[in-house]
Amino acid sequence: MNLHKSQLLRLAIVGIAIGTAIAVGVYTFVYAKGYSYMTNNPVNCANCHVMNEQYDGWQKSSHQGVATCNDCHTPPDLVGKYLTKASNGFWHSFYFTTNSFHEPIRLTERSRQIAEQSCRHCHQNMVESITVSLKAVHTDEVSCIRCHRSVGHLH
Amino acid sequence: MEKQENNELEKTTRTSRLYGWKVLAVVGLGAFIVAVLGLALLTNIMERKNEARNPFFRVVELTDDTDDPAVWGKNFPLQYDGYKRTVDQSRTRFGGSEAIARTPTDADPRSVVAQSRLEEDPRLKTMWDGYAFAVDFREERGHAFMLDDQTFTQRQDVVKQPGSCINCHSSAYTAYKKLGGGDIVKGFNELNKMPFMEARKEVSHPVSCLDCHDSQTMALRITRPAFMEGIKLYKASQGVQNYDVNRDATRQEMRSYVCAQCHVEYYFKGPEKTLTFPWQNGLKIEDMLAYYDEVKHKDWVHKQTGAEVLKVQHPEFELFTQGVHFRAGVACADCHMPYKREGAMKISDHHIRSPLLNISQSCQTCHNTSEGELKFRVESIQERTYKMRGLAMDALVQFIDEMRRVKEAGATDEDLAVPRDFQRKAKFYLDFVEAENSMGFHAPGEALRILGESIDFTRKGQLALRRAKEFPLILVSP
Repeated sequence: MNLHKSQLLRLAIVGIAIGTAIAVGVYTFVYAKGYSYMTNNPVNCANCHVMNEQYDGWQKSSHQGVATCNDCHTPPDLVGKYLTKASNGFWHSFYFTTNSFHEPIRLTERSRQIAEQSCRHCHQNMVESITVSLKAVHTDEVSCIRCHRSVGHLH
Repeated sequence: MEKQENNELEKTTRTSRLYGWKVLAVVGLGAFIVAVLGLALLTNIMERKNEARNPFFRVVELTDDTDDPAVWGKNFPLQYDGYKRTVDQSRTRFGGSEAIARTPTDADPRSVVAQSRLEEDPRLKTMWDGYAFAVDFREERGHAFMLDDQTFTQRQDVVKQPGSCINCHSSAYTAYKKLGGGDIVKGFNELNKMPFMEARKEVSHPVSCLDCHDSQTMALRITRPAFMEGIKLYKASQGVQNYDVNRDATRQEMRSYVCAQCHVEYYFKGPEKTLTFPWQNGLKIEDMLAYYDEVKHKDWVHKQTGAEVLKVQHPEFELFTQGVHFRAGVACADCHMPYKREGAMKISDHHIRSPLLNISQSCQTCHNTSEGELKFRVESIQERTYKMRGLAMDALVQFIDEMRRVKEAGATDEDLAVPRDFQRKAKFYLDFVEAENSMGFHAPGEALRILGESIDFTRKGQLALRRAKEFPLILVSP
């Protein structure tokens, strides 16, 4: 294929532009330890500072030895886990960067459901006897974290 | 024909070239925007990381004598920014101040004051008749105004105010040190003895950083001898001997104690006018009244009845210690100076104010319910207290009026001894809730109990008045 000089020039410019954008993106990702969010280590959830209090609270909580952030705040299956991580990660970054969220930070309805399911996932043997008598549509009426709010962290 | 084809070919080439440049422009612009956003995010993250690393920059050296908050503000600009905001005047349902314009005079250069409480509720004048508070009493304003509002109140014209007032209307720590040659207790005693206007010359700022913070470690500390002594006596009554607040208090206790250096009931003891807290029997209202009765203290003699009465002053700390929040380990600062986020930093809000003006940070940190619901709960408590306060006030005013008429009809001091004592009690109990700055919220049940007892003292006083001497005609209400 023969390329004109002007075409070569254009390709070069596009290449540099895209390359720069990618480089900035990759650098920011590495600098902000973006990769760490793929892991399970709770330290990384406090990377962007918003979760400092929650992390502090978790270290003193009853679940500190048995459950990490992801155990309660993401679904147990691999796909659901990373979809949730991606969605939460994006919105957390967005709201924190633009500084537009309710303080103290609040659980969304979807996150509440995930946390609720996580309680039941581990404590199945115990909660089964509580929920067994409920009709399927009413299981939501019995909420674990309504009373046991501080098991993971206080706030 | 060939020429025409050539033309078309040229045209196509030109069009495709143009198309190429357009694509270039769009892709280039896209990459440009992505790079700019990426860099903006990168900068933001860098800023946050720096904030998380550096809680503060030491740009000036602070010493134990730096009383100017603006100098501290250079090292702690965020806290200083909040501190400066205590000039804000905003109302809540039962508290807060309104900014009322006034024409400054030479004697009183204030161009803005708060609303007069005496105009709002003239019954207060009857309750305090013969005392300076019946002349001028305005809604309290923010910390920023404490020095000016005490310097220019008309109470200064009625009674020569003592230097003791300066203890809590200014940043007095450096004055203690100066007057006492380094010994703050000695300086405190010197300051109390002075006339107000003389003591006023020893201070320059409203409450400031070093009144609560150590200049080197920023740790909370107590600088007011009256509190050191008061809390020591209180702890002794609880079986804890030799309590030294700066040595023995926990950090969380200190987050209340620094406020309790001033937001408490007090009196000026003896001719030296020593600022003293009546805590040696305990912090409950009956403990304090028992103390005043033991030492036979009176603030003034009521003009209409001749009763030896007491003025209560802002007993926020004492009432708070009777409430559920105190029992749960909550400190004053938790609600009045809640933690807030500034970027990646967590600081306590030095804009000290009513939690009702900042419900999300003050209440929702612990209470997981809506702002509207929380406001409703607080205001319900306050409305109940306000209603009871009104009943107690009506009763007391009627009692005072009856006693005045009986006195004018010739009742002797002996006749009036018992009724006067009931007036002293009823007034102390009512004024306790009236002077306290939460309209009952700091301990709702206790506030209502106190008002209920006030009404009971009034009732017993009125009965005693009827037993004291037969004045049936006088006591028929007009």
